[in-house]
Amino acid sequence: MTTTPPPATAEVVETTTAALAARVEERRLRRGLSPRTAFLLRRLGRLVVSLAVVIIASFLLMYLVPGDPVRAALGQSATPQLVEATRTQLGLDRPMGEQFVRFIGGLLTGDLGTSVRLQRPVADVIAQRFPTTLLLAVLAFVIAVIAALPAGIGAAVLARSGRRRGLSITLSAVLGILIAVPSFLVAVALISLFAVQLGWLPAAGWGQPADAVLPVIALAIGPMAYLVRIVQVEMLAVLDTTYMTTARAKRLPRRLVYLRHALPNIVTASLTVGGLILAGLTAATVLIETVFAIPGLGTIMVSSVGAKDYPMVQGVVIVYALIVLGVNLVVDVILATIDPRSSITEG
Amino acid sequence: MSARKKLLNPTSVAALVGSALLLFLALAGPSIWGPAADTTDVSSRLLGASAAHPFGTDELGRDILARVLTATRLTLLLTLGSTLIALAGGVVFGLVASILPKHPRRLFTGLLDILLAFPWLLMVLFFTVIWGATATGAMLAIGFAGVPSFARLVYNLASSVSGRDYVRAARVVGVGPVGILLRHVLPNIANPFFVNAAATASVTLLSFAGLSFLGLGVQAPAYDWGRMLQEGILRIYINPLAAVGPGIAIVLAGLVFTLVSEAVAGTRGAGFRAVAARAAGAVTLASRRRESVRDSAAPVGDTAAEITDLHIAFRDADGGVVERVRGVDLRIARGEIVGIVGESGSGKSLTAMALAGLLGDDAVVTTASHRFDDIDMAGALTASDRARLGVELGMVFQDPLTSLNPALTIGRQLTEVPEVHMGMRPRAARARAADALTAVGIPDAATRLTQYPHEFSGGMRQRAMIGMALTGAPRLIIADEPTTALDVTVQRQVMGVLHRAQEETGAAIVFISHDIALVSAFCDRVIVMKDGRMVETLDAERIREDAQHPYTKALIACLPDMTSDRTQPLPVIPPELVPEALDDAGPVGVRQPSGASAHDQEVPV
Repeated sequence: MTTTPPPATAEVVETTTAALAARVEERRLRRGLSPRTAFLLRRLGRLVVSLAVVIIASFLLMYLVPGDPVRAALGQSATPQLVEATRTQLGLDRPMGEQFVRFIGGLLTGDLGTSVRLQRPVADVIAQRFPTTLLLAVLAFVIAVIAALPAGIGAAVLARSGRRRGLSITLSAVLGILIAVPSFLVAVALISLFAVQLGWLPAAGWGQPADAVLPVIALAIGPMAYLVRIVQVEMLAVLDTTYMTTARAKRLPRRLVYLRHALPNIVTASLTVGGLILAGLTAATVLIETVFAIPGLGTIMVSSVGAKDYPMVQGVVIVYALIVLGVNLVVDVILATIDPRSSITEG
Repeated sequence: MSARKKLLNPTSVAALVGSALLLFLALAGPSIWGPAADTTDVSSRLLGASAAHPFGTDELGRDILARVLTATRLTLLLTLGSTLIALAGGVVFGLVASILPKHPRRLFTGLLDILLAFPWLLMVLFFTVIWGATATGAMLAIGFAGVPSFARLVYNLASSVSGRDYVRAARVVGVGPVGILLRHVLPNIANPFFVNAAATASVTLLSFAGLSFLGLGVQAPAYDWGRMLQEGILRIYINPLAAVGPGIAIVLAGLVFTLVSEAVAGTRGAGFRAVAARAAGAVTLASRRRESVRDSAAPVGDTAAEITDLHIAFRDADGGVVERVRGVDLRIARGEIVGIVGESGSGKSLTAMALAGLLGDDAVVTTASHRFDDIDMAGALTASDRARLGVELGMVFQDPLTSLNPALTIGRQLTEVPEVHMGMRPRAARARAADALTAVGIPDAATRLTQYPHEFSGGMRQRAMIGMALTGAPRLIIADEPTTALDVTVQRQVMGVLHRAQEETGAAIVFISHDIALVSAFCDRVIVMKDGRMVETLDAERIREDAQHPYTKALIACLPDMTSDRTQPLPVIPPELVPEALDDAGPVGVRQPSGASAHDQEVPV
């Protein structure tokens, strides 16, 4: 049975929500901003604050580490001279305020400092590895979206209003498992099947196109299952709306009913979730790169955390944060551009 | 649901068995399999799966299965530690935030939202840098990285409760914020709290496995499942089970936590109950379908639409079938305006939707005959039937805020019928849509067509819906409570527009409402429905005089007029007429002689 509230309640809720949205919109119009501009300004404001939080947090990293970060990075066997030299090199002997100004100045000029372990500029290392990580995340994302949209819509249409209970129960069980199993375990399963048992694909490495197949699939499966579920749930809700009854009352061909009347109404939710997924994928690359020994940002992050190479960690953290925040901003801009409604006028 | 029933469903049983197994392994595992797990045997190192070593051995010849079982304790202890940190931090921050004054509260939740924008794993890695790549460091890192999301959850739960009436009431009588928190908020968020706590434990377990797998969690010689996975994957070509074994353990333990969460949440109608429901539903369907073939050749004549012996049923949660409309006969003459009145749940809207052939697949509909003009609606519709229905049958729904598609322009929605069914070119269809908008009294139609529904007021949207019906060539317009969601002055406008539309097109109208005054003023004929039956059909002009059925009389008596005694309380529907008390009374037919003794009782007002 459905979990939707009885119609009367739903109508009341919808009416009040619409009334609220209208009021918010009105207030904004009085201020002389279009809802779209106000929405984008608000989101831009949030981006700036988020970025500030990340930058300050990564600057403070050195101070949050218990004990002497330089000693920790170089290990107990390092000579006091080396420790002092490194401290000077990192600028840690200066007053905190001056360090912060230098840190910000460096960020603005693209200078992220020097890796203690590799003795190379952090920016160079990141520039060298960034494309690999980006390729993995974007490929996985594209595959997840392309597979999930038709699957989710199809599942919703087939299982509408309690039809085909067997199918929908099986589907939700399978999706539930795929969502719950973390990508690195999926990777292990994929390797043992396709690389070890069948020998079709390489188990690890990076250099030829075949190397990317298993990592991308391992990355894509979880987000894809999640997106199928979201699209299915959204589509089921849309199929139950009065405007879909209106469309059916016009006796339009199915193609028009689903593509023209239903699809645009699930785009907002799907895009929002899509943004979250892409952001989540960047994090999942850390694990997947380690499983498949891929020289990306994730592997350098992990080895730098292990080696307490703080400048490197700071740089990678900021780059990851920029990716996540950038994805969110892009999603917001797309939402504000394509969504005619007041879903962008949330408080 | 009773506590016993709650414990006996498959989810709860699986959750209990799984938890018991995990608990047993955590308590007894190290003492039973610990020796085998730590016994090194160089002669049998790196073996594959065998009877003696089901998962094979590692590079020191230790049995991997024994190590997986022994590792349960450490894995679960670390998971428990992290989960407790996340829960404790979340509860403290979330509850404190919920009793903060407005501005600090908004600052606080804003900060939480910023932190939540970052994937959990990135925060874990950041914290791991601070606390170091050790088991304790990883436990702290995962726990603290989980605080923001749990704090947001607790805050949301607490503020949803604190807005409720009983909390407001407590505040009014002077209970302080801490008292409200302890006495009213906490007990009411307990269930969702535990559901999410179990879910958090599941996520924590997987994160810990990930961190140990990255080599940033548990360090040798200690080992948890994640650490074993890391060691195993290096030798995956020699012995896949060395990696897959710990992987399975992680997935199963995660599943147990998820099941616990599911069981605490209460049951969803999956599994056995669904099977039972399907069996029961199928039986009822088969027996009802047999009745539906008779009297298929009804005269067409001057009938706009007709439906006879309409039954509508729905499956309920326990697998039974609830009949909501029980044998309705409805015939609409050409150009006739028929009103259907009745309270919520009387089946009037369902009847209208069935007449239009628009009920979903969840409704079990049976009819003796069902025609629209000369189209047999009970049979399969041809493409040309569908086109005619699109053009000739208009619908207007109750809530104009939801009946227009928010993602499409008004123009797009009003040109569809002319374009798809009448073969018009876009330009001609647009002109027709503009005419329709003008006809329903919306000025500047050309501009209005380019706008979206949210740019229209409620009354304008309802007029646009009527205009949508006018873009075709309506023979019948079904208006399902078209004015209920509108305020009184707008109501009058919409009724006027509907009336004009009827006069201009000669379409019949089925007008559904719970407002008997509105219906009798607007319609030629009034049908009164109650509990899924038509209890009476009346001439609208003589409704006060002719009403026979006690329910109709009670409805009419409830209408205040200029002569109402204002010193008396307003009349209400008497209780014996409210539920299914009338089931035995049966409907009053149109031409049935009045005064059947069962209906003679005086309605106290």
